[in-house]
Amino acid sequence: MADTILSMRNIVKEFPGVRALDNVNLEVERGEIHALVGENGAGKSTLMNVLSGIYPYGSYSGEIYYEGQECRFHTLNDSESRGIVIIHQELALIPELSIGENMFLGNERKGRFGIDWDRTFHEASEHMQQVGLKDEPTTLIKDIGTGKQQLVEIAKALSKNVKLLILDEPTSSLNEEDSRMLLNLLLRFKQQGMTCIIISHKLNEIAYVADRITILRDGATIETIDNTGRDIDEDRIIRGMVGREMSDRYPAREHHISSEVGMSVQNWSVYHPVYTEKKVVDNVSFNVHRGEIVGFSGLQGAGRTELAMSIFGHAYGVNISGTLEIGGKPVRLHTERDAIEAGLAYVTEDRKGNGLVLGESIARNTTLARLEKVCSHGIVDTVAESEAAETYKNLLRTKTPSIHQLVGNLSGGNQQKVLLSKWMFADPEVLILDEPTRGIDVGAKYEIYCFMNDLVAQGKSVIMISSEMPELLGMCDRIYVMNEGRLVAEMTAAEATQERIMAAILRSQGGVDLSGSEPRVNLKK
Amino acid sequence: MKAKALMKKYTMVIALVVVFILFAILTSGRLLLPQNLSNLLLQNAYVLVMACGMLLCILTGGNIDLSIGSTVCLVGAISAVLLKSNFAGDPTATALLVILIGLALAILIGMWQGFLIGYVHIPPFICTLAGMFLFRGIGRAILDSKTVAISNRPFLNIFGSYISIPGLDDIERIVELKGRPQNQPIAYSALIIGILVAVFLVARFFMSRANKSKKGYKLDPLVPGLVRTLVISALLIYYTWKLANYKGIPVMAIWVVAVVLIYNFITSKTALGRYFYAVGGNEKATKLSGIDTRRVYFLAYTSMSMLAGLAGMLVATRVGSVNGDTGNAFEMDAIGSCFIGGASAYGGSGTVSGIMVGAILLGIINQGMSIIGLDNNWQYVVKGAVLLAAVVFDVVSNHKKGKG
Repeated sequence: MADTILSMRNIVKEFPGVRALDNVNLEVERGEIHALVGENGAGKSTLMNVLSGIYPYGSYSGEIYYEGQECRFHTLNDSESRGIVIIHQELALIPELSIGENMFLGNERKGRFGIDWDRTFHEASEHMQQVGLKDEPTTLIKDIGTGKQQLVEIAKALSKNVKLLILDEPTSSLNEEDSRMLLNLLLRFKQQGMTCIIISHKLNEIAYVADRITILRDGATIETIDNTGRDIDEDRIIRGMVGREMSDRYPAREHHISSEVGMSVQNWSVYHPVYTEKKVVDNVSFNVHRGEIVGFSGLQGAGRTELAMSIFGHAYGVNISGTLEIGGKPVRLHTERDAIEAGLAYVTEDRKGNGLVLGESIARNTTLARLEKVCSHGIVDTVAESEAAETYKNLLRTKTPSIHQLVGNLSGGNQQKVLLSKWMFADPEVLILDEPTRGIDVGAKYEIYCFMNDLVAQGKSVIMISSEMPELLGMCDRIYVMNEGRLVAEMTAAEATQERIMAAILRSQGGVDLSGSEPRVNLKK
Repeated sequence: MKAKALMKKYTMVIALVVVFILFAILTSGRLLLPQNLSNLLLQNAYVLVMACGMLLCILTGGNIDLSIGSTVCLVGAISAVLLKSNFAGDPTATALLVILIGLALAILIGMWQGFLIGYVHIPPFICTLAGMFLFRGIGRAILDSKTVAISNRPFLNIFGSYISIPGLDDIERIVELKGRPQNQPIAYSALIIGILVAVFLVARFFMSRANKSKKGYKLDPLVPGLVRTLVISALLIYYTWKLANYKGIPVMAIWVVAVVLIYNFITSKTALGRYFYAVGGNEKATKLSGIDTRRVYFLAYTSMSMLAGLAGMLVATRVGSVNGDTGNAFEMDAIGSCFIGGASAYGGSGTVSGIMVGAILLGIINQGMSIIGLDNNWQYVVKGAVLLAAVVFDVVSNHKKGKG
């Protein structure tokens, strides 16, 4: 009989306007490595946050049984005291502190007077040995590589007597050798009886380590596949991940793609602003015609946002190279202002962080990118401003009592509409929309799709970056697929399927070559 | 509910009225004497001027300028030394040149700090802390640790005289002063100006309404707006009548009013003004909207130092001399006025009219306590308590909902 260590039953978690988890069930057996796969936004991280108490008991519905007892975790400490430790994709280590200090941060080894440093470093080196880390415990985190930092996180988990270890995309930032070391370490822990949940996009790695695989899609569990014989077909996982039904969630559109090119980018490369030797966008070339919606698909961190921002007046990155043409004319855009004046608009991904001034009114936000349009001699004509804001409010059907309402008081969907208003007011020829429908409800999504169709009908060019593949398939004329900073595929709407996009991403993924052959992904029509 | 909203909107105005009445009683009416009311303005001219500049800095994200007290000293010192040398030969020419040199120097200081803060990304606190030491030190070196008196008449007139129209303001009349009748001129020009401005305010109020109704815009309710206009007009006439009874309208008041009007215009009506609020509200979004945020910081600190330079000359004139301690801790008065006047400690909100209320509130507390003869040390305690209360009020009332 199976020994179930964890059972999550009928978990429902809602955010304003979105149901992130919809009756999710997850069973994990003692001593297994259980993989959790799904697209971005499928609910994997949300589920793990529910489990670890980051979303406290009461903010979700459903039951969690752990080691036979029902658990109601209110904080991360509650779950950690039971031996459940989560390691996030972005490592939670402090670069300026040593390995030992990081390992016992918040859990300090106290002596009679303050911290017992001898014991701290002694225990730290014991745990480091367990994970095969040979550095001194006094080494600073910033002086070791990401692979070793990942090991420090695991050693830190060991110091908390971990029984159930959760790893969220542990190999996403690791090179091949480090990834293999990490996966083999997990297999060794498994033999010692540890249970592990691993979230990953790298299917070949999952096939290598996981005993069972649970697929999440749109906040629901689709199926759990057995892989104890290590004989899983990756195609089957991909189908499970993307195989949702396409209904008419997208407005119909007549396609009038002009032969004129709205914007074309050649050999575009961008380096990371801090780690300047790291290439974030690698020799990307693409174009978008007038009247065309072009989609960019890829996983998070594929370099799509970085590509868009670097085009938008070098708002991101350093050592940017490549040529850019807008409306057939070569342009050089050094500032965001240059980009706006050249007819480019970039509707940011993070509307609260980068898009809107939440403490100001709808009217003031609407005009911010092109304030001079309602100014004479530097003086704002508030009447003209109000009229403009009113026009776009009606055009986009923003629900608000008044255009003088503070943007911070609006719902996500309406904030997104204000953000679109702002960029429409700037009167661009080429619009880049970065995740334009993230976190907003279905109704508002549909209205934004309609609006995009209106734009291209007017002969404008639209570039849509999205992690939701159905949305790209439903809206775009052409889709580019990016992975790890490179363009890995281009397909027309007719030839694109979710399977093909996923396959293009996974085939180009620099995952661990464990079988010595290409990952088994079959392309299907 | 409505009364509560009104209370919240006018909290600081109500506090100002309460404090004013309190001190009027505590000083047995002496606060209301023409000389004291006139001094209230003159003593605080530098605060009112510098608070306008500080507002721009604070709007960009709660950033402050610690160096302005030292800039006051440096500009004051150079002005005093140059005036004493009378380098242009003619006192009037010297005075005008000194004003130009002083302001140019202040602007240069501001550009230097604005460059470091905006373009090199030095944290404002550290950059202006360094400026505080630097400029104070240079100022003292120029003064050679002495007190330099200012005796240049044209210079003193430009900043420190009173408006006096011959034949109207200089006729002596018998007035009741300190309980007995005395011969003293009454500056009727002050009262006339006060009445003219009051009439202008009321007329503008009705004209703006007529204009709005002609274009078919929504009108605000008549009564609250009218009451506000009438109260302001009445206070203005009362105040100018008091000034008329003590030498008339000081020229310094004109400098202050000019600065306040210009900064009020910039912050409320211009595109540039918008950018200060936008940067403080969300710098990243502002930058991605094509606004050069570096320039916004640069201009905020440049304007701040320019006003500190002007304040340096006002203070030098008012005191009549400059020494190494001139302008000491002035930055704290300007910063305090802004926060008491409702500027957000996180940036992005605050108005010129609000910080004027804050500055006058601080001024009345200072003046009132001085008249009572309260120990200087206790004045600091009271100022500190008022500042703390105002900022706690701001944080609790405005940020609790968002971050709760």
